[in-house]
Amino acid sequence: MSKTVLEMKNITKTFPGVKALSDVSFEIKNDEIHALVGENGAGKSTLMKVLSGVYPHGTYEGQILYENVECQFRDIKQSEEKGIVIIHQELALVPYLSIAENIFLGNETARGGIINWNTTIAKTRQLLKTVGLEENPNTLIKDIGVGKQQLVEIAKALSKDVKVLILDEPTAALNETDSDNLLKLLLELRKQGISSVLISHKLNEVVKVANVITIIRDGAVIETLDVQKDDISEDRIIRGMVGRDMTHRFPARTPKIGEVIFEVSDWTAYHPLNEERKISDKVHLKVRAGEIVGIAGLMGAGRTELAMGVFGHSYGKRITGKVFKNGQAIDTSSVDKAIKHGIAYVSEDRKNYGLVLANDIKFNVTLANLDDVSKGGVLDDNKEISVAHEYCKRFSIKTPGIFQKTVNLSGGNQQKVVLSKWIFSQPDVLILDEPTRGIDVGAKYEIYGIINELAAAGKAVIFISSEMPEILGMCDRIYVMDEGRMCAELNREEASQEIIMKAILNSRGRAS
Amino acid sequence: MEQVQKLIKQNLKQYAMFVALFVIIVFFQITTKGILLQPQNVTNLILQNSYVLVLSMGMMFVIITGYVDLSVGSVVAIIGAIAGYMTVQLKISAIPTILTVLVAGVLIGMFHGVFIAYVRIPPFIVTLAGMLLFRGLTMVILNGRTMAPFPKLYENISNGYIPDFFGGSGLNILTLVVTAVLILLVAFGIIQKRAQLKKYDIKQTGWAFDIAKIVIAALLIGFVGYSLSAYKGVPNVLILIGLLFVIYNFVAERTVLGRRVYAIGGNEKAARLSGIKTRWMMFLVFVNMGFMAAIAGIVFSARLNAATPKAGNGFELDAIAACFIGGASASGGVGTVMGAIIGALVMGVINNGMSILGIGIDWQQAIKGLVLLGAVAFDVLTKQQSD
Repeated sequence: MSKTVLEMKNITKTFPGVKALSDVSFEIKNDEIHALVGENGAGKSTLMKVLSGVYPHGTYEGQILYENVECQFRDIKQSEEKGIVIIHQELALVPYLSIAENIFLGNETARGGIINWNTTIAKTRQLLKTVGLEENPNTLIKDIGVGKQQLVEIAKALSKDVKVLILDEPTAALNETDSDNLLKLLLELRKQGISSVLISHKLNEVVKVANVITIIRDGAVIETLDVQKDDISEDRIIRGMVGRDMTHRFPARTPKIGEVIFEVSDWTAYHPLNEERKISDKVHLKVRAGEIVGIAGLMGAGRTELAMGVFGHSYGKRITGKVFKNGQAIDTSSVDKAIKHGIAYVSEDRKNYGLVLANDIKFNVTLANLDDVSKGGVLDDNKEISVAHEYCKRFSIKTPGIFQKTVNLSGGNQQKVVLSKWIFSQPDVLILDEPTRGIDVGAKYEIYGIINELAAAGKAVIFISSEMPEILGMCDRIYVMDEGRMCAELNREEASQEIIMKAILNSRGRAS
Repeated sequence: MEQVQKLIKQNLKQYAMFVALFVIIVFFQITTKGILLQPQNVTNLILQNSYVLVLSMGMMFVIITGYVDLSVGSVVAIIGAIAGYMTVQLKISAIPTILTVLVAGVLIGMFHGVFIAYVRIPPFIVTLAGMLLFRGLTMVILNGRTMAPFPKLYENISNGYIPDFFGGSGLNILTLVVTAVLILLVAFGIIQKRAQLKKYDIKQTGWAFDIAKIVIAALLIGFVGYSLSAYKGVPNVLILIGLLFVIYNFVAERTVLGRRVYAIGGNEKAARLSGIKTRWMMFLVFVNMGFMAAIAGIVFSARLNAATPKAGNGFELDAIAACFIGGASASGGVGTVMGAIIGALVMGVINNGMSILGIGIDWQQAIKGLVLLGAVAFDVLTKQQSD
């Protein structure tokens, strides 16, 4: 008989400046596969992090009930004790340990600190059989594919006596066969009384296996659909995921579009570690002066990899393809060459790739163009200060002063510092990778304003974003990217979220 | 009241190492019953620590990139050995010898740099190998023996003094003049900095604080200057250190080169994506370390007036410790040349003070270890508080 195992009641979670979840309730029964769908940034992962104790009790409002008893998880360990196990998109396996060692990592079959390898191996065999993985327990993780690694993660969860298995985009990196195997396994586990929460963008899979679908948008539950009662179609789910009021979220702009000034052609690159895997596959792309061109796609579509590859071959191996500026082929094989040719790349990860956090605003703003604030290799302090002042004022960066360390700034202001740095490098082409990620609505609007300003000044802007409304609201033209390929090119007028989603899903259909 | 507290807290962090040095000096001044700050001992302190001061300035740049160089002690030794071999065995005069060993230092730095920056072996391993390699080669060159003496000119680098042109009796007039000029320069620098901050309308501390700074600096420089003049005047090596300090401080604070080193240490990925050639910069940092180790090697062998196989044993640790005591961060990106100097002086005063007190080398070692740990712990704790 089905009964509720786990219940989240009225969960509200706020980050400084953003309400990530508002009053979300969520329920899991003991014999279900519960799909959780929503756009990137809708709050799915945050909800699961609350559930698994990554965000400890007290940092959110609301209640978590496990078999009708309230739980106050302070860390993952405590939620795992109850049998709630989360498997993240980025797998948490140690590449140079064996399958068996990974499965029992932190949970070793040991007595007095001495590992009993015989029982470890025997138990691993048992678990591998359950998940349908035919591998030697002593094989190293690095030697098996991602699909199998995913199964090892599930085996690891099973070793912990799991009741509720949470999978965050488990099939994102898998091919069709591996995905099918994984989904079958979930159905199998359900029969054994193990429920799953499946977070996925692949709606065809969701429709295939889930009995309940919860749609989240902007941190709130839009609806919960029962597969047996409600009419379930991908269209309906997509509408639920994306439908929202889109007026006044973006500053007005009249595009003045000129000639093509930037072009990438036949760009192919391979993964730096896995040299068989293509991360960019014959990509063509062109941008005109004054144009904002969006690249839409799901996480892992290869957009960042493409951008970083073009920008100084910063990512990828065996890169082939040409970059043109104003019709001339240019060499962008190192970052300083790319910068000299007037290309700027604002990373999606401002903390790791954008800022030197321990240093102040002034230091960061001038870093990519020290030539303009120095003479004969000697820095002109006064000029640096006035440049930093100018940008703080121009972009209204909220700070006590230009000597403020960037680590102390809010996300939005940090992003403005990064943008300042790149605008000060006097580029003609700006590649903005998720420029509004993790910043609040007000700051987003200001950043949109800056982007419009750049386009108005005749710059070519490439705007990468996983938030579709943003792409639709800002861009003159949109490329849709999936699995390293451009799978559609849309004009502003013809583009809509449904069409983009369909382009992605269709491209996957073709691939398999 | 809260503001005053905040002010103290912020500045405590910034000037903690000065305060620490001051406390240590006062402590030993009392316990040694005034011997520590006698003119002869002040001169001694400078001479004794000259090579560590030089090494720690070079080491600071390595540490700012986030790494350490373990080879410098052995490089000091081999530089002395080469110089000894050239002057004693081959009878080559001082100037060509000095030039040769400086080139040798640069080559050694390039050797490390190539493996670190281009073959991509972690600096810890490369310089550990260098430490063994150059120590071994030192013994090969010296055949296990000591070579002495050096030509007078060479020896004078460390054991000579600037002659007093004014020919004063008693106090050394030249030294006093130099001291006065230095004090004026420091005061001028502080006032200029204020003017600049004011021009850009940046909030700054009150006048009282800067005046206090000037007074303290004047007292300090004045005291050292007076002590030197009361003994033999300015040692040659102090001029060398002063020059190096001015140059390296300038490079660190005011040049594109220095800025790039800080950026690499602070966030290598961001630096690379900002168009900085990170490998080339790493190479340069280690080449510079080799060069500085060569200077330290000359200074040390000149002071001993001999090249010995054991020269420079453990100097790398002294230099590294000096940098960390002087406020460098082990994760890179943070550190100043001034800090390296202060750190080296803290170590030097502790060594010297304990020697005067007759504390054995065993205890000195142990106490230095604790001081290093204490200094870094203090730094880490104050940082945690401010977060």
